[in-house]
Amino acid sequence: MSATSSTTPNYNFDIVKKFAVMAVVWGLIGMSAGVLIAAQLVWPELNFDTPWITYSRIRPVHTNAVIFAFGGCALFATSYYVVQRTCKAALFSNKLANFTFWGWQAVIVLAIITLPLGLTSTKEYAELEWPIDVLIAIVWVAYAIVFFGTIVKRTVSHIYVANWFYGAFIITIAVLHIGNSMAIPVSLTKSYSIYSGAVDAMMQWWYGHNAVGFFLTAGFLGMMYYFVPKQAERPVYSYRLSVVHFWALCALYIWAGPHHLHYTALPDWTQSLGMVMSVVLFVPSWGGMINGIMTLSGAWHKLRTDPILRFMIVSLSFYGMSTFEGPMMAIKSVNALSHYTDWTVGHVHSGALGWVAMISIGSLYHLIPKVFGRERMYSIKLINIHFWLATIGVVLYIVALWISGVMQGMMWRQINADGTLTYSFVEVVARTYPFHFIRWVGGLCVVSGMILMLYNTIKTIRSDKTADEGLSSAKLSQANA
Amino acid sequence: MSTFWSLWISIFSIITLAFVFVCLYLNMKNYTGVKEGESMGHEFDGIEELNNPLPGWWTKMFWVTAIWSVYYLLAYPGLGNYDGFLNWKSSNQGVTSLAESKAATEQGLADGLHVAYDREVQAADEQFGPIFEQFSSQEIAALAHNEEALEIGQRLFLQNCSQCHGSDARGGTGFPNLTDNDWLYGGTPDKIKETIMLGRNAQMPAQVAALGEQGVKQMAQYILSLSETGREFDASMAAAAKPKFAVCSACHGADGKGSVAHNLPFGAPNLTDDIWLYGGSVRAIEETLTHGRNGVMPAWKDILGEDKVHLISAYVYSLSQDK
Repeated sequence: MSATSSTTPNYNFDIVKKFAVMAVVWGLIGMSAGVLIAAQLVWPELNFDTPWITYSRIRPVHTNAVIFAFGGCALFATSYYVVQRTCKAALFSNKLANFTFWGWQAVIVLAIITLPLGLTSTKEYAELEWPIDVLIAIVWVAYAIVFFGTIVKRTVSHIYVANWFYGAFIITIAVLHIGNSMAIPVSLTKSYSIYSGAVDAMMQWWYGHNAVGFFLTAGFLGMMYYFVPKQAERPVYSYRLSVVHFWALCALYIWAGPHHLHYTALPDWTQSLGMVMSVVLFVPSWGGMINGIMTLSGAWHKLRTDPILRFMIVSLSFYGMSTFEGPMMAIKSVNALSHYTDWTVGHVHSGALGWVAMISIGSLYHLIPKVFGRERMYSIKLINIHFWLATIGVVLYIVALWISGVMQGMMWRQINADGTLTYSFVEVVARTYPFHFIRWVGGLCVVSGMILMLYNTIKTIRSDKTADEGLSSAKLSQANA
Repeated sequence: MSTFWSLWISIFSIITLAFVFVCLYLNMKNYTGVKEGESMGHEFDGIEELNNPLPGWWTKMFWVTAIWSVYYLLAYPGLGNYDGFLNWKSSNQGVTSLAESKAATEQGLADGLHVAYDREVQAADEQFGPIFEQFSSQEIAALAHNEEALEIGQRLFLQNCSQCHGSDARGGTGFPNLTDNDWLYGGTPDKIKETIMLGRNAQMPAQVAALGEQGVKQMAQYILSLSETGREFDASMAAAAKPKFAVCSACHGADGKGSVAHNLPFGAPNLTDDIWLYGGSVRAIEETLTHGRNGVMPAWKDILGEDKVHLISAYVYSLSQDK
């Protein structure tokens, strides 16, 4: 035993702590911005007639904050934690890791300042102007060096599946970000995309859908592959399943972007090809869900007592649901109904809140006590309340937007006997009010849960240490071995 | 797309799909040297991986999508320049004008091509065309009292015109109110129809170069002095601008009552009433004088066709008639 602990490398948990705490903080801020704009859709006067907090400017603040600030910090925290522990090697460079932390926080703060000022490249999920894009690229390269450097110096022979996914995520995001953000600057705050017309649209959605595919899916599958078996204390269900679904996911996702541009000026062949790849992607996506859920076989009883595991299992269920829904919506004839409606927004949130946020929250509840040297979170009861708030919130949100989305689609295509449209646009808008109200209530539930999480995190950090940090992690790894 | 790029993208598409399905096929067999259901023998921070087989229902579902993907890419355009055996196209992509589009449509229908958009338009014209056509021989003034025609006209308006003029046709800044019987180009049935059919292009030239900043301010005061609604104005500034109004009177008339009052074709608004297309505050008037305005009403003749425009004209005409 003492031999094991003496070979345990000196893991850098300090960087994990910083990113983990900021993930919780940015999660609360980003989701609160979402609740504000959801409220503006119900009560438009909430923009107080100021340009800086109108829907159009706060919406990108919300998306950037939840995807890149909350999701990004959660990915940095967990990947730095997982890569060290599964490679049995300390981080490649603590200095570079620290740089990624401060660099990433600077990106987020700059985003929160520039977007409300109206400085935007107008590319969805890539709104930040070129100087910030350059900073993102530099931070990302540093991240890749730290991550892959750590893989290279691993002391185990194989590379664990979680690291395949984290690795694919890091490489692809670099390619996507640099490819899509190529622009010619005309001043410090203004640039023009080097692409134009349908090519620009295609580049944008090649990036946009793979922000979903590699940032919000591959990265979080990496998280899933470590924290689900760890929390359930069960082996991963199928190694071969992970091989197939990893390679199929990586090969197919990169082609799926055109389904955002069905029935547009994009050439027919691009639309069809994007649809085919998206539909085939459905089955390998479910491979990840199956591998996660089946990992629980033999440990199902733990769901009764462990709210952290409940977060993870519900997140996998939402993952399965949205990866069925997504390929279905990529079919042209379904897309003809769903596109431009609230259904799309509901779909994104069943993925983003149901899958991404829930797996992150579950993983952070597992990780925070470990890196801060505590036995467990300050209050398991609060985690349980958070779980129910999050679940009820997400269900309210997506059900409301399913109904309003399908309703919008049906109303838009309803025609009179003379071939004219039955409903004008504003009549359809009026009908969506009650559903937008329910969606706002759902969002409020989710944010309330995040407030509990922040409180729980602060109390955990401030509570008496139960063990020395380094020792506790070493002990835990022995206990699990 | 050139043959090179067509081949390039087709080959990559096929390689990707083939790679995925070969990967699936290889992993259906147990190549690991470990018995099924047992641990792979690696351990990562306490996590082991079992060598369970791929679930059968999942594998079958995968093969179904594989077969479907091959069928779809053969049937529809999806691999470079290959058209697909169903001869299906969504639209005539690459046309750059209405004339080219019409020619391509005729050619496509003659060749038996399934161009989805053309077929839909053709079907809609056949089905709905007669409904609009039955009103085309009646006078607009008469249709303005025909409930059925007005209903159809209103629907067409909501679908095509409300984006600028509003669902209630009361317009907005830069877009005329169609219900107030104040007209820029005339409100007779024929004038309304002419406006919709051929569109309008109104230009208020910028005056800051001619008048100077102070001159603009003075002119704004003079314009307020013309108002018959009793607006307050600075009499000395207005007097200073009065001689320069000669330039404006070419379109607005010497009395400022606008083009229609003087039977002029420019679409220049009446400046003496309380209706302001771009806002009637001092600041808005100064802004209009300084930078000028460009008002564009699109031509609908080729987009909607005369029969529909006829019905919309009747609806718009009815809005300003006492019922």
